[in-house]
Amino acid sequence: MAQAALAPAASPTDPAPRDMVTADGVPLKTSLKRAERRRKITAFLLVAPLLAFIVITFIIPIGQMMWRSVDNPVIVATLPQTADALADWNGEDLPSEETYAALVADLAIAQENRTVGQLAIRLNYELSGARSLVAGLARRADDMEAPFREAVIDNNGRWGDMQIWHILKREARPYTTAHYVSAIDMRYNSDGELERQPTTQRVYVQLFLRTLALSVAITCTTLLLGYPIAFLLASLPMRTSNLLMIFVLLPFWTSLLVRTTAWIVLLQQQGVVNELLVWSGIISNSGRLPMIHNAIGTIIAMTHVLLPFMVLPLYSVMKGISPSYMRAARSLGANNWTAFWKVYVPLTVPGIGAGAILVFIISIGYYITPALVGGQSGQMISNLIAFHMQNSLNWGLAAALGTILLTGVLILYWIYNRIVGIDNVKLG
Amino acid sequence: MNLSRLKVIGAGAAVSLLALGAYAQDQISLTVVSWGGAYSESQQRAYHDPWMAENPNVRIINDDGSANALASLRAQAQANNVTWDLVDMLPSDAQLACDEGIIMPIDHDEWLAPAPDGTAASEDFLPGSLGDCFIPQIVYSTVMSYNTEMFEDGKAPASIADFFNIEEFPGKRAIQDRPAGNLEWALYADGVPIDEIYETLETPEGVDRAFAKLDTIKSELIFWTEGAQAPQLLADKEAAFATGYNGRIFAAAEVEGQPFGIIWDGQLVEWDGWVVPTGTRNLEAVKEYLTWATDTQRLADQAKYISYGPARASSADLVGEHADLGIDMSTHMPTHPDNYTTPIILNNDFWTDYGDELRERYASWMLQ
Amino acid sequence: MALPTYAGPLERIWYYAFRIFCGLVFFSLIAPILVIIPLSFNVQPYFTYTREMLTLDPDGYSLRWYRDFWNSAAWMNSIRNSVIIGVFATLIATVLGTLAALGLSRKEMPFRGLIMGLLISPMIVPLIISAAGMFFFYSSIGLAGTLPGVIMAHAALGTPFVIITVTATLVGFDHSLTRAAASLGASPTTAFRKITMPLILPGVISGALFAFITSFDEIVIVLFLAGVEQRTIPREMWSGIREQISPTILAVATVLVLFSIALLTTIELLRRRSERMRGMTAQ
Repeated sequence: MAQAALAPAASPTDPAPRDMVTADGVPLKTSLKRAERRRKITAFLLVAPLLAFIVITFIIPIGQMMWRSVDNPVIVATLPQTADALADWNGEDLPSEETYAALVADLAIAQENRTVGQLAIRLNYELSGARSLVAGLARRADDMEAPFREAVIDNNGRWGDMQIWHILKREARPYTTAHYVSAIDMRYNSDGELERQPTTQRVYVQLFLRTLALSVAITCTTLLLGYPIAFLLASLPMRTSNLLMIFVLLPFWTSLLVRTTAWIVLLQQQGVVNELLVWSGIISNSGRLPMIHNAIGTIIAMTHVLLPFMVLPLYSVMKGISPSYMRAARSLGANNWTAFWKVYVPLTVPGIGAGAILVFIISIGYYITPALVGGQSGQMISNLIAFHMQNSLNWGLAAALGTILLTGVLILYWIYNRIVGIDNVKLG
Repeated sequence: MNLSRLKVIGAGAAVSLLALGAYAQDQISLTVVSWGGAYSESQQRAYHDPWMAENPNVRIINDDGSANALASLRAQAQANNVTWDLVDMLPSDAQLACDEGIIMPIDHDEWLAPAPDGTAASEDFLPGSLGDCFIPQIVYSTVMSYNTEMFEDGKAPASIADFFNIEEFPGKRAIQDRPAGNLEWALYADGVPIDEIYETLETPEGVDRAFAKLDTIKSELIFWTEGAQAPQLLADKEAAFATGYNGRIFAAAEVEGQPFGIIWDGQLVEWDGWVVPTGTRNLEAVKEYLTWATDTQRLADQAKYISYGPARASSADLVGEHADLGIDMSTHMPTHPDNYTTPIILNNDFWTDYGDELRERYASWMLQ
Repeated sequence: MALPTYAGPLERIWYYAFRIFCGLVFFSLIAPILVIIPLSFNVQPYFTYTREMLTLDPDGYSLRWYRDFWNSAAWMNSIRNSVIIGVFATLIATVLGTLAALGLSRKEMPFRGLIMGLLISPMIVPLIISAAGMFFFYSSIGLAGTLPGVIMAHAALGTPFVIITVTATLVGFDHSLTRAAASLGASPTTAFRKITMPLILPGVISGALFAFITSFDEIVIVLFLAGVEQRTIPREMWSGIREQISPTILAVATVLVLFSIALLTTIELLRRRSERMRGMTAQ
């Protein structure tokens, strides 16, 4: 259709005199352009259905989740008058009588509409105990009479502190950074200034760091175990290496939960490994090793799960290295070790990079294995995101933590793409 | 004649179609959400099966979704697509959901049956157990339990203080990965009288004190998340002590014959019960079911299958023997006088207010 | 890489140490998977080898856990769900993914990098984040807790694999071949059927297998999106592991291992076929 519309504009009545012309009189340039355009449209039409599908089923949900991390509708919606009144507040003295009056009026309405609970829950994220503070005032709001300031403070002395007012003024906006503030273990102090959480309340930064540390550990162990076997596979004759490849591919194709179950069976206190060790007399019956429900369990199980992701890219790089390089190095006087270290290893760096980043990206966002075998010390940031999604219902915080994690992963992926190129990913 | 015959056939067809339609309309399926495992089974046998037998048009579908019920209820409410009809919940979650408006406020005396002697429902349920949106079913408690095989004869732990004494009673201790309960026990073991525990916890010093007490056994602690893990950890001897729900410990000890002992000292008492999602499509059917399923006899029936106490005072005398084992269940109830000597009643108001902060601190403490 | 006859003692030690190390790694890769198979036949509900099992006494073995599995309505329901979700998700992913790969492999494709990035993203974004986002969004449009919801989510997760495998078969594909066919009078459909399809078919099938196994093995999305009526096999295993590892889970695991062996074989055969075909076109 687009081409048909174009046709009259490029009609042969208007030929540029010196241009080459096709058989039907259209200038060659135009004709080529038109063909090019048609091919572009065909190509795009082929991609369009999937693009639309992915945007709807995937991109929009992710975007909406990220949006949730700054979205802050509850307070503005429930306390509109208070928000207006607080706009002019200087933040140094207690708010004016009108502000207190506005608060009482807002809460009376909220109590009637049963929206006060949402407000109370939202404010409790900012200040422990704010829930009952708000709920307590809302229950009485309908019968209150001027002067409101005394009446409100009389209801609960905390309404005479500046802290709750700072919070109300800061958070009575449609967007908030509060979830990000919590996500990096910061808080606003009673004067409304940013500060770090006291050490006993710090959770997330430490958990992010631990997630990084565990991911690095897993990446290192997979590299350490994966490099030699990839090397062996690449240097063996095809028939043998294909056979050995099954050892790598079978775990790859086996259900994640099966593998995790297998490790639980192997590593638990009454498990196969401990039984073997006790039976062989290496450890005593009371000295069974705790190998699961801790960080070790997470590392062991995840190394097993992710090892194929390291071996496969390494193998495909190593397969492409001609043995003549090593021979050349040796014939020039290098011993085996030098030839390997100075010639072979540098050639495999792209494979190491690809495998390492791939394993790192996957492990940093892992959820299932840490949840099943990680105990406490093996938990990762994903597990806390799930907790805030399902148990504490603090979806804003879950979204903020998720957005931080996603940003990290996307940066890593960008690096990966620079090194390897997504087109070069091979499967199986 | 042909015509009239046709008419007869037509009328017959219309009648049967109508009947079919009515039948289809009457078919109601109720999605009841609960905790799964032995607990859901006890509800199935005490409530669902008999109700379905009496009302063939009702089909009750069990969904083990209670652990994440809050998130699902909120999502369903936001989507305006409520697929659940009845949810089994803890009162603290019910409080939060009630505040949010995603479950219905309940007029207890209108919804619930009076006791056989005519006492109104609001009087018959145990004091403080009814919530604005919450109908309690059972009293359960989180108790300390231990594997008797891991202690020498005659040296069994008997109190919360023993649990905190790792010199005399060595071994791993499995506790829940949430602060509720654990902080209370820490203070109780540290000498705070039971009726002052929550006052103490409201002060920062009190919280510090509780964590300091927990620190003394931290090297021996492991943490569980789901109710079923506690007896499993004990059975596998991964832990010598475990805190757990008394019903699950009972089931493991009496039904599976595991060597478990229970320390009733400082048992943490809580209710568990029903809430109705705002916007359920089968409100009338749910109300009918609820009135019946929470009456005196039914609550007593549930105790035949699991050792949780009925939430009605009038049910207590009806509690009899275990349906399969023939054990007298009354002595296994948390509310039995012998067991109910030093109970700590979980304060849900406290936990709704301070829960977020304490959970973060607890999480941070577990990480260190 | 056989050891040369003139190798010195040090080299020999290195050589054998290396071989032994590799052997151990291969062993640790496969052993955990194999160790559960005999245990699933244990007559006792324990996860260790009993004396009867080690002495190969037939009384030590039984099929009781397989019977449990077979007679459990929940497990059978989960198999049905897994298959339904897997098949439909695979169909959607394969059809849309193959079309897109054909478009993406054309030189003329506008915004190629950006679009490729978007289409591959379900593979890169950590599952927990995808699950969180989908939970919020699908709940708001009433798709949470329904089969179509899970199917759509799994189809989205599966498409990157189809794109990658099909694109790989199209690397070095000479588009002038289809043009030649067209100039010789073949309709675009004929050209596609006779020229493009045979070439990409192995890629399409292995992409479809990847999409299927992704759906079949997926648990995080199911945890968040599926209600009790949509529970899949991994979801059922998840609650089994969290609550109590009964040997029934080992029986299920064994069945799944056999299933993955079958899949692996299929993939391997396809790969060889694809290599042969591409070897031919390169000549």
